[in-house]
Amino acid sequence: MLIKLTGGCVYDPASGVDGKKQDIYIQDGRIVKKPAKDVPIDKDYDLKGKVVMSGAIDMHTHIGGGKGNIARTLLPEDHRQDPVARTSITRSGCGHAMPSTFVTGYRYAEMGYTAGFEPAVLPINARQAHMEMADIPILDKGGYVMLGSDDYLLRMLTAKKDQKAINDYVAWTIQSAKAIGVKVVNPGGINAFKFNQRKLDLDEQNSHYGVTPRDILRVLATAVKEIGVSHPLHVHGCNLGVPGNMQTTLDTIQGIGGLPMHLTHIQFHSYGTEGDFKFSSGAAQIAEAVNKNKNITIDVGQILFGQTVTASGDNMRQHANHKHASPNKWVTMDIECDAGCGVVPFKYKDQNFVNALQWAIGLETFLLVDDPWRIFLTTDHPNGAPFTSYPHLIRLLMDRSFRNDVLATIHPEAQKMTTLASITREYSLNEIAIMTRAGAAKLIGLKDRGGLSPGNFADITVYTENADRQRMFEKPDYVFKDGQLVVVDGKVVSTKWGTTHTVQPAFDPSVEKGLKDYFDRYLTMKLGNFKISDDEITEDGRSSLTVHPLKGVA
Amino acid sequence: MTEITEVPSPFCGMGTDDLSIQVDGIALKVIKNGCAVNTPLFEQAVTDTKARVDGKEVDFDVAVAKAAVLLKATLQPVIGGCATDVNGMRALLALADRIGAVVDNMNFTGARNNFLALQDSGWMNTTLAEVKNRCDFLLVVGADLEAIVPRFFERFIWPQEAMFLEHPHQREIIYLGKVPSGDASTAPDGRKAQALECAVTDLPDVVAVLRALVKGRPIRAESVSGIAIADLQALADKLKAAKYGVVTWAAGALNYRQAELTVQTLSEMIKDINDQNARCSGLPLAGKEGDQTANQVCGWTTGYPARTRFSRGYPEYDPYLNDTKFLLANDEADALLWVQAFNSRSVPPATHLPTIVVGRSGMTFEKEPNVFIPVGTPGIDHAGHAYRMDNVVAIRLKKLRDAGLPSTAQVLSAIEHAL
Repeated sequence: MLIKLTGGCVYDPASGVDGKKQDIYIQDGRIVKKPAKDVPIDKDYDLKGKVVMSGAIDMHTHIGGGKGNIARTLLPEDHRQDPVARTSITRSGCGHAMPSTFVTGYRYAEMGYTAGFEPAVLPINARQAHMEMADIPILDKGGYVMLGSDDYLLRMLTAKKDQKAINDYVAWTIQSAKAIGVKVVNPGGINAFKFNQRKLDLDEQNSHYGVTPRDILRVLATAVKEIGVSHPLHVHGCNLGVPGNMQTTLDTIQGIGGLPMHLTHIQFHSYGTEGDFKFSSGAAQIAEAVNKNKNITIDVGQILFGQTVTASGDNMRQHANHKHASPNKWVTMDIECDAGCGVVPFKYKDQNFVNALQWAIGLETFLLVDDPWRIFLTTDHPNGAPFTSYPHLIRLLMDRSFRNDVLATIHPEAQKMTTLASITREYSLNEIAIMTRAGAAKLIGLKDRGGLSPGNFADITVYTENADRQRMFEKPDYVFKDGQLVVVDGKVVSTKWGTTHTVQPAFDPSVEKGLKDYFDRYLTMKLGNFKISDDEITEDGRSSLTVHPLKGVA
Repeated sequence: MTEITEVPSPFCGMGTDDLSIQVDGIALKVIKNGCAVNTPLFEQAVTDTKARVDGKEVDFDVAVAKAAVLLKATLQPVIGGCATDVNGMRALLALADRIGAVVDNMNFTGARNNFLALQDSGWMNTTLAEVKNRCDFLLVVGADLEAIVPRFFERFIWPQEAMFLEHPHQREIIYLGKVPSGDASTAPDGRKAQALECAVTDLPDVVAVLRALVKGRPIRAESVSGIAIADLQALADKLKAAKYGVVTWAAGALNYRQAELTVQTLSEMIKDINDQNARCSGLPLAGKEGDQTANQVCGWTTGYPARTRFSRGYPEYDPYLNDTKFLLANDEADALLWVQAFNSRSVPPATHLPTIVVGRSGMTFEKEPNVFIPVGTPGIDHAGHAYRMDNVVAIRLKKLRDAGLPSTAQVLSAIEHAL
């Protein structure tokens, strides 16, 4: 079937197209060149006055894995506010803060998203992450596997194993967990919490191993680069949420010595200690450092006001924050000499000084970082806000007067502590398309996704131009996934299954010798049973594996 | 005859994956690392491979069609048991969504003690590998551990070495409530676990006092339910002095009313200890025959654990009203679909309602169900996934033989398609 999208205004930053009238042709799930004149068009969509972008990609969203399911189980009262009934084509479920898997897929698609990446896949919990994501319809998925608090790596560092040995271990873990990147969460801190350390600064030693977060970041960032993984080491830094952590973040940027590094939900790591409340914005300093250091990419982790739930691997910091739990119930776990997790419900309030300033800090960060190719639109779903708030966030970025109207309603002391009112920048549609499409695909290293030139998969979103950007982005006219029309007028009209994106960096097979001995002596599972096989992803016919090329590796 | 090694077990909840199993045709024999729970469940014989309608053997498609006809005619069907693998639960939930059924895991009433505590105040828990390598003090509350998980001590408490304990054999164990039935908890050097015995139904009082002592509250009584306060004080001190204390309980073994409050008191006590600059974690024992699997898959599919109804078109969780027993006793259901792929002895509750059983081959019934479709067992007859008791770890189950039995997922999907 040959589909033609006629006359839409195309924003395709991957090809340098910034709002140009262009026709797009779709065949067999891909975008194709303009066919010869005599080839009949099976279906023609008139897109005059419409905006066309590729499907959006959420590069950091907690959509699969144990902590998300703990968050779901913890909050029946939240689900009851947003029951989702089945239809003849969609399954029932629940929405709001931590939606059920099926509803996650539908609601992302209904906003024009066609891919989401789970950033915190514990190696031992990777099976669960993939099984949950396999029950998310329409979207493509992938995961970043978590290292840095696992005892195996820390033992290697204490034993002064060389970088090559660490590279082999990292590559082996990526393959075993079927991941596309590597994340580190509170480097070494989750481990230190198990030894009853309650904080861990960048240069503070783990009391058992004598290893510092700085050491861990350096070896992992080096490993990710040397084994050729496109996505730079994905870093949730030290001291999340701690006033004054801006300095830790600046030191982290300096300390990585030019290696590629992605700092995630940086809003939570951009706090100063000025003012009457000893809590201030560090966004300007952070943005300056990001602007200056081209090896750094960030996503924001914007908070938006309302009820949500925070689910993180960072059990050290989540435990420290449990007194803010709203409602007052929370979970932390130590997990399998591998990592941990913490789940704390939060209600961000615009009349709470800290929350109000957090909101402003996120927006300052968006507006002060110059290069849209190095900053990504996230709320760290569900931690800053549920992903369904993205259209509202886009309006805040694109519409200064709207932004200032909201600013005028937040806690008055927070208004005094932010420069937001004086920032005139408004994001353009092209910049939004970079942040949510082309830039994300480039960062993760997705081949043939995130662009609209021939050869790309036909993941396409069509919006009606509207000065109210929230309304525009919350209800696309059409969404195509792999060429299939899945959404019309903001509602799912058909469903399909997406693929699982991975990389397969090479490792020396002898790496398994040490690992087998370690598994047999200390862990509770056999090495052979730990590794996820291809058929576990593909056997029931709903998912597939897509292996993306490595960077600079022959 | 072949021997398969490193076989994971879906039965006991510990996810032991070091079993060796001899396969002779369709007969299985556990030849290494079996236990009182796992071995009999691996070795249950295949007796029937043919489906039955009203007691008569029929073709698979005929049984599936009959099940669909029965379900179509119902207003409020209940799907009980829910003992299967991840793909089985996926198909079960798809069917339930389609027909507006109540989904109820057969062990939920026990698990409810944990869920109610979790959903009211949360907890701080740990997993088996952390116990194995870090736990220097173990408190067992109201459970005869070795009867529930026979190899728990051998695998996680008395291994030759542990990463962070110089002398793992010196770990200390105290039982509160129940006394151990055997010697599994006795240290390799002959040291027996200490037991502070009381009736299980007295645990609410005892645990409340223990938490008060942990918090440094004065207690005027000299004993509670036959246990000296001095002994409980010593226990509280040990919990606070431990490098990595672990408190374990089995929700199902706390079989008295409002036992969720005991779980909650223990979980809040653990939080109190962590707020006093010590580390302590809970380890809820649960999850045999697919309980955790049912709750996990139902969790991500609906947002709720596996006592959830779809009768209004969307999922609604009620840990009391959606109880199969309650619904049957009150005539609130009009058909029962029983799904039990792990254990042929676990048959549906007695009912006059039309009954469909998708069960492990070998089930015998006092009253023949309207439809019986024998299925294979995940981890024996087909590959699959199951959750371990600590919830974080999903194990990859292996196919060991080919007895020509369909999987739960195949049967339930076929019924859904026949509707």
